[in-house]
Amino acid sequence: MSNEKLHINRSHLHLLLKQMIRIRRFEERCVSLYSEEKIRGFLHLYNGEEAIAVGVMQALTAEDAILATYREHGHALARGVPMNSIMAEMFGKKSGCSGGRGGSMHLFANEQRFYGGNAIVAGALPLAVGIALGDKMQQKHTVTCCFFGEGAVAEGEFHESLNLAKLWQLPVLFICENNRYAMGTALEIEESNQQIHLKAASYGLSAQVIDGMNVVEVERAAKLACSAIRNGAGPQFIECQTYRFRGHSMFDTQLYRDSAEVNEWKKKGPVVQLSQWLKNNHQIQEEEIQAMELAVDEEITAAVDFAEAAEIEPLETLLQHVYGEISDE
Amino acid sequence: MNEITFREAFKAAIVEALNNDPRVFLMGEDVGNYGGCYAVSKGLIDDFGAQRIIDTPLSESGFVGAGIGAAIAGMRPIVEVMTVNFSLLALDQIINNAATLRHMSGGQVSVPLVIRMACGAGKQLAAQHSHSFEGLYAHIPGLKVLYPGTIGDARYMLEMALADPDPVIIFEHVMLYNQQASLPEKHTVAPMEKAVIRKTGTDLSIITWGGCLFKALDAAEQLLNLGINAEVVDLRCLRPLDRTTILDSVQRTHKALIVDESWKTAGMSAEISATIAEQGLWYLDAPIRRVCSTEVPIPYATHLEQASLPQVAEIIAVAQQMIAESQIAMGDKE
Ligand SMILES: Cc1ncc(C[n+]2csc(CCOP(=O)(O)OP(=O)(O)O)c2C)c(N)n1
Repeated sequence: MSNEKLHINRSHLHLLLKQMIRIRRFEERCVSLYSEEKIRGFLHLYNGEEAIAVGVMQALTAEDAILATYREHGHALARGVPMNSIMAEMFGKKSGCSGGRGGSMHLFANEQRFYGGNAIVAGALPLAVGIALGDKMQQKHTVTCCFFGEGAVAEGEFHESLNLAKLWQLPVLFICENNRYAMGTALEIEESNQQIHLKAASYGLSAQVIDGMNVVEVERAAKLACSAIRNGAGPQFIECQTYRFRGHSMFDTQLYRDSAEVNEWKKKGPVVQLSQWLKNNHQIQEEEIQAMELAVDEEITAAVDFAEAAEIEPLETLLQHVYGEISDE
Repeated sequence: MNEITFREAFKAAIVEALNNDPRVFLMGEDVGNYGGCYAVSKGLIDDFGAQRIIDTPLSESGFVGAGIGAAIAGMRPIVEVMTVNFSLLALDQIINNAATLRHMSGGQVSVPLVIRMACGAGKQLAAQHSHSFEGLYAHIPGLKVLYPGTIGDARYMLEMALADPDPVIIFEHVMLYNQQASLPEKHTVAPMEKAVIRKTGTDLSIITWGGCLFKALDAAEQLLNLGINAEVVDLRCLRPLDRTTILDSVQRTHKALIVDESWKTAGMSAEISATIAEQGLWYLDAPIRRVCSTEVPIPYATHLEQASLPQVAEIIAVAQQMIAESQIAMGDKE
């Protein structure tokens, strides 16, 4: 554990901040693209939860595998899936990371071992167990990291997956993004016992609960968990407490919570938290933050231009990708 | 005119049921505080309270099973599974419990349960959120499967379903919620297990239901201008299937075109085709045709999605082709 040094130096903190700003502004652009009807379908944004994806990704290597939910733009971006291909996917274009088949909820990128974008709540957990099992059987010393919301905890698949992962001592890192609401259903209405990490602990996983708004804390916890997994300690569970600043999707009128609560949480948001800390400790200048925002905006604008100009799939390809080619191997 | 939306019709039916029978309650994900994923139950929690409008956790198998249990115990639950896509997580409860308990118990146990589910494609929600599984449920003895495609059915089928002693599934196509039409009088609405001819015609029978009904009617309208008088049969109830109305119609028109939003292979359209082939082959003067979804998971991109779903233009083209085929066939006989 002690060999897992945290790079809490200035440049690393700047990197974390920039990644979070990148996700935040990407999501904001998605909002306007949605009203322009460039992006369609369901659109779930990650505003407020950026610290989790950014923090956890610091602990993963290129060989590790990742699974996420329909709220996965941030995870894909933080993992290094090219922004152009993400944006093009949401425009339904051929050069999108899923060939225009998946859209916002189904970003896939083999190269980054990013296995979606799953829109069935808890649907990815058994897959994560299986990918970890497959990797382990092939003696690949990887971690499979699965992100999901606290709503998933009520599903049977959550419980079955945790049990399997521990029973077989599989290298899975479970990251529960507890933003307190599953659509409009508050945690108190969803769970008889709201201490989610205790459920994981009851299956024998080492489980902890952390401040998911603090990117440094997320990174630290994820690194410790990953080194435990890599040292053979079996699956680990981290409950990250967080909050979603926007509605569940673009159709949410948010009847179930008041804006005072949202504003309270916004004060603790991951971007303000880190930038404030850096400013207070004279580790960043306002101009540096502006420069980050500018750079990010340029990247996003370029991605929008790319997606706009990209071709759509010809209709003749409609039947592609239902089955694979039979290989000669 | 007294025009209402499908959403309002579904809601009015639920309100009426809650008012008329204290045993009725609504249970499902986000039916209360959120107001329903498609806003059908918006505001009901304020009027009826959290005892009768129950927000459940994300536990489809658990709360559908609980609905079955409550029905056995004498309640009249309306369970909302947010969309048919998620009902796959409750399939075991629906098929192994709801559908079998009466029979397995030698007739001792009744499950008077209604399950409502949104379904269908057309909103660019991609493969996991665009399913049509009414054919799958219609496969199961013990279940009844309703699929309203008109305002009158959206408004009045729930009452009939609740009066039924057995589990009834009601599908609500997501593209219908915002559609408006004038509400017919209740006494004009047929019993739930009867198919209804929505437009009479002489040249061919277009057989469909639910989310494809308006497409079929639109096509029939346009076909009239092309000199083809199509009949449109709305099945309304896929199990039990009103085979008599199908066969009567085909006997008169001699042609059957089935429009189904799910896939062709092993689907509802295959069952209807087989029925016609088994019991009405000699009525036909052209091969049975089907307009169904392309055999692909439904894609996100709009042009791909639309290309994979049944469209009015395709219904028209196939109808014209059938008329032409039958004329050639007739010519050969002479
Ligand atoms: C099995 C299943 N049931 C219901 C839904 C509809 N649905 C989509 S997201 C969601 C809420 C999930 O909340 P949570 O897991 O906490 O994740 P969050 O959206 O807050 O990130 C619901 C009910 C679904 N997609 N899958």
